[in-house]
Order: sequence, then C-alpha cells, then structure tokens
Amino acid sequence: MSANAKDLRHPLKRARGLGSAQSGVGHWWTQRITAAALILLGVWFVITVLSLLHADYATAKAAVAKPWNALLLILFIVTMFWHAVLGLQVVIEDYVHTRWKEVVLLVAIKFLAVLCALAGVLAVLRIALGVGP
Amino acid sequence: MADTRRPLSPHMQIYKWQVQMVTSILHRATGIALAVGTLLVVWGLLALAGGESHFDQFKTCIGSPLGIALLVGWSWALFYHLCNGIRHLVQDTGAGYAIPQFVRSSWLSVIVSLVLVILVWAWVLTTGGAA
Repeated sequence: MSANAKDLRHPLKRARGLGSAQSGVGHWWTQRITAAALILLGVWFVITVLSLLHADYATAKAAVAKPWNALLLILFIVTMFWHAVLGLQVVIEDYVHTRWKEVVLLVAIKFLAVLCALAGVLAVLRIALGVGP
Repeated sequence: MADTRRPLSPHMQIYKWQVQMVTSILHRATGIALAVGTLLVVWGLLALAGGESHFDQFKTCIGSPLGIALLVGWSWALFYHLCNGIRHLVQDTGAGYAIPQFVRSSWLSVIVSLVLVILVWAWVLTTGGAA
C-alpha cells in the first residue's frame, strides 16, 4: 500500500482501469492487435493477389474456394474493416468539431464497415461453398 | 488575446518540414486512403461471386489507366502504412525514441515502402503487363 499512499484515486477506480475518458485502453489495444494481425494477413493478401495476377475467372474462383484461402480472406476482411473503423474513428474525433456531425460520421462509418465486411464475407462463403453462378 | 508574457505555441506555418512530421501525417493520410481501398477488395470479391461477366467488368475497370493509377497509389499506401505501422508497433514498446533513431526509422519507412512498391510493380510489368 506504500506505493499507493500518495494516490488520491479510489482503489476501485484503479481496479476498473478506465481512466478519465471512461473507456480505458480498449480502443488503443485493439488497434494494435488488429495491426499485428494485418501485418501477417496483409502480406499474405498481397502475395495471393500477385499470384493470381493473370488468372482467368475459373482459376481465381478456385483459388478463393480453397479452404485456407477462404478462411484467411474472411479473417483479412473482418480485421481490415475493424482496424479501418478504429483508425477513422480517431481521425473523425480529432478533426470534426461539430458534435452532431461527429456522431453522424462515427455511426455512418460503423454501419458502412459492417455492411461491407458482411458483404465481403458472404461473397467468400458463396464462392467457397459453391453457391450461386 | 490575453496580454501575457508567456511564450505562445507557434502555428503550423512556422515549423520547418521534418521527416518525422511527414511520416506522421502520411500514416493518417494513407490510413484514410486504405479505408476507401477496402471497398475495392469487397468489390472484387462480390464480382468474383457474382459470375464471369461481373468479374470481367471488374478487371476492365481496374485495368483501365485510372484503375492502374489508383492501384499504384493504393499499393504504395498499403506498403507505407505497413512499414510505418511496424515502426509504430516497435515504438509502442518504448524503443527508438532518441531523435537520431526516430529520424532514421522515419526515412526507413519511406524508403522501404518505395522500394517495395517499385519491386511489386516491376514484377507485375515483367510478368506480362498489368491486369
């Protein structure tokens, strides 16, 4: 307790670890975790796209349909949109100073990101499961 | 303005451009560009799932001069954000904050990203033209 003798905060405040903004380090930490994942997934994605550079439709589709590729693509899509939302959120919070515009933009990017992420995942699943044309 | 004798923070125009400023600004700018670029990834996958005619349409669009220009820009943005992102992750551990190291790692991010984008597009062009 000697280390905390000068700490005027209530122990519960420390235990919760949420700081003055009440949101803690969740955003910061998630941004780093998704960044680390995107190093691996991004490099894999670039290599995969380059390997399919001159592929015809059937070859490209067959490549996406491979289980590992489909799995990593879905991971890539989800992580990419997650990281993008976290980054755009900070940019909007920093530069949009009219409160209602800020809130509208923050909600809009989340709606758009979830819509696009699900559309991408659904497209991969349709290809991987052989549904559709 | 209050009549104080304390020093005022200089505004942006006063600062001499330094590479550390550029890398910081570019990290945000490329991040925004890449967020827009995510739509291209989803468009490509939707086209692939939608059938051959959709996919050919997609290939025609990204193979057009404007499409190629955007792809070059996006690929550089990706490599830059990747290199500088790794730099930031290293710095998050508390390493590399001495000014000479900071400047050196800034240049490293810029140069490695340029080398990577040149290598990738050289590979694309030597294997039979873009798209």
